[in-house]
Amino acid sequence: MAECVNDSDAEGRISYGDHVVLKRGDVFKSVQVENKKKVIFEKQWFFLDNAVGQLYGTRFEIEAGGSLKLKITILFSPVTDSKEAGQDNRHIVDDGRSQKLSRDDIETLKEQGLKGQEIVQQLIDNSTTFKDKTEFAQEKYIKKKKKKYESDITILKPSTRLLAMMYHDREPGKICHLRYDTLAQILTLGNIHAGSKIIVFETCAGLVLGSVMERMGGYGSVIQMYPGGGPTRAGMESFGFPSHFHETLHEFPLCKVNALLAGTLDLSEKDETSGVSEEKNSEPQSMEVSVDPQEEMRRAERERLREQRAQEKKVKMEEKRKKLASAAALLEGRNADGLVIASRFHPCPVLMGLLKFVAPSRPFVVYCQYREPLIECYTKLREQGGAISLRLTDSWLRHYQVLPNRTHPVLLMSGGGGYLLSGTTVAADAAKARNQHKSEEPVAKRLKLEKISSSCDSSA
Amino acid sequence: MSFVEYSEIIQEGDVVIIFLGHESMMPIKVQSGAQTQTRYGVIRHSSDLIGQRFGSKVTCSKGGWVYVLHPTPELWTVNLPHRTQILYTTDIANITLMLELKPGSVVCESGTGSGSLSHSILRTIAPTGHLHTVEFHAQRAEKAMQEFKEHKVSHLVTVRNQDVCKDGFGITAIADAVFLDIPSPWEAITHAKSAMKRKGGRLCSFSPCIEQVQRTCEALLDHGFEEICTLEVLLRVHDVRTVSLPLPDFGPEEGSADSSQMASDVGQEEVPNTGNTSVICRTATPPREMAGHTGYLTFATKPRD
Repeated sequence: MAECVNDSDAEGRISYGDHVVLKRGDVFKSVQVENKKKVIFEKQWFFLDNAVGQLYGTRFEIEAGGSLKLKITILFSPVTDSKEAGQDNRHIVDDGRSQKLSRDDIETLKEQGLKGQEIVQQLIDNSTTFKDKTEFAQEKYIKKKKKKYESDITILKPSTRLLAMMYHDREPGKICHLRYDTLAQILTLGNIHAGSKIIVFETCAGLVLGSVMERMGGYGSVIQMYPGGGPTRAGMESFGFPSHFHETLHEFPLCKVNALLAGTLDLSEKDETSGVSEEKNSEPQSMEVSVDPQEEMRRAERERLREQRAQEKKVKMEEKRKKLASAAALLEGRNADGLVIASRFHPCPVLMGLLKFVAPSRPFVVYCQYREPLIECYTKLREQGGAISLRLTDSWLRHYQVLPNRTHPVLLMSGGGGYLLSGTTVAADAAKARNQHKSEEPVAKRLKLEKISSSCDSSA
Repeated sequence: MSFVEYSEIIQEGDVVIIFLGHESMMPIKVQSGAQTQTRYGVIRHSSDLIGQRFGSKVTCSKGGWVYVLHPTPELWTVNLPHRTQILYTTDIANITLMLELKPGSVVCESGTGSGSLSHSILRTIAPTGHLHTVEFHAQRAEKAMQEFKEHKVSHLVTVRNQDVCKDGFGITAIADAVFLDIPSPWEAITHAKSAMKRKGGRLCSFSPCIEQVQRTCEALLDHGFEEICTLEVLLRVHDVRTVSLPLPDFGPEEGSADSSQMASDVGQEEVPNTGNTSVICRTATPPREMAGHTGYLTFATKPRD
């Protein structure tokens, strides 16, 4: 099978360390492939080792003992040969006895290692009402049983589409209920593309960051602004970007934004905590008076380790300082090409603070799960100026079941996928500060006003 | 300026978007010596545009002002000259995400139409991807090609003037994604499949009518496509306004303690609640009318051969 593959599939093979997406039916799970790691997915457990070396997009079956086996794709064989079907359900009575197999019987079949398809066939053969069901009802029955007993796993390369759908289904709380169609709007309205310099502030587990990085393709730079001690990137890591993508990623703590704006950011700043810990360590040492040579040796060893650790810490700190300096340098130009905000924080102060780093004529997009904070942002931006084309939107997503004679919207739809405020920056107006309210008025009106005042002047 | 790269300063030959206020914009091509008339007066390209920064305010001859904006596919979509019905940003955004487009993607599209989606695709797949777009209408194909040149993206796109249902996309086994916006997409599925990479890819078909979707889905199933999914996305724009809700007058409250207190406070018995007859609040309201349907988007995955 391997020989017949010749299109750039070297990168298309699964290897250890890869971040992959497992798919069963419509359910996704993101995992990293590791040696002999047990993975639990959809109430089944297995090891991914056998998948290593196989191509992405391959379908697997789970065998006893949790090993994966390539699924041999036989052409769809009809489960029922007889095309016997009822017209309607007037004679179908729900007496709870239509299935002749008991729960124990089914368990036994499973233990015998019967294939999913064979179990489904057994269920159909032992259903007394199956032949009386309508053709459509039969199809639905088979589909339902297949979903339960046939458990193929497909291993896919991660993408924004898969991860955004996965997060939305599995952990919407972690991504502030950002629905994938809303994420799609963010990326498009933000004009995210290769070569730009984009500022991202998100608390969506790193999903938004990852999707921005995917659209930039490793060209340009992304500055992630983060709250608290450090940036969250689990979602971004799940994309499994090549290492050169990471070189374009910078980070800057939100708590230093004011200092940066005021020009008082001290880059030589020492990390206070490390200084304290060093002092603490040295104190008990000076108290020791033991002369036991073994104790002495142990102490020397401890000291050596301590020094090593201190050295490592120093290197790390130096790295951290360098990273901070490079992010600060990128921000200081105040010429970013875009701003994306999607967080659980109140968006208003974030937007007002970070918009200062964006060049004129660039798009910005703010996501919020709720509408009211964005109304506030809108009002504030209108007052302050510096932005045009403000739009407060949300989108509505409906899925359809498309089947012969059975096409209709699916029964359940998502109630809401959050709200967006988007707009374009413009050059700050010098006259604006003096004359804030006047320039807020529509242009035509202002013209009229100016005319009136000038005619008044001339008449006077 | 280019549709795939930002620049700071306006130069000769650039396409700029003039923002006139309140959703009113116009695209213009910058040429030294040229003039553009707006309702706020004339804009002289040499003095008002060339050498200015994108995003700056330009004062026109009558004293009014406009902003000059850097072009983006989204601004182009609302300003482009229509040769056909076009796709708008909401659908485009979902198509881009669901087709998994990114820098380096090779994409097939038909028809090119007015090039609204094309510009967006080009922005996303640059600098290493390529768009193969097929338009059976010779004049439209020609016009699209000319626009791509003016917008400095022609190195990323090949326009073919042929019938996609008969002649396909003109390429084999190199596409990551295919997009169809034609009246009979089911007739192009075979060609779509052969254009796509052996390792598989994504397909999207846009159709306004459910009967078209029905036939397309059947064809996709027949050709072994998987993950077939039809959806519809609508954008709701909220108008931010201040509204005032008047408070009803129930008359004076008989014998109640606070009513008498209020009366004594205000010192006016005939008109209680003066100055407090309405509540003002900031709200967002939906527009009176909105686009209720653009088209159904059908997505599918071509599995590995």
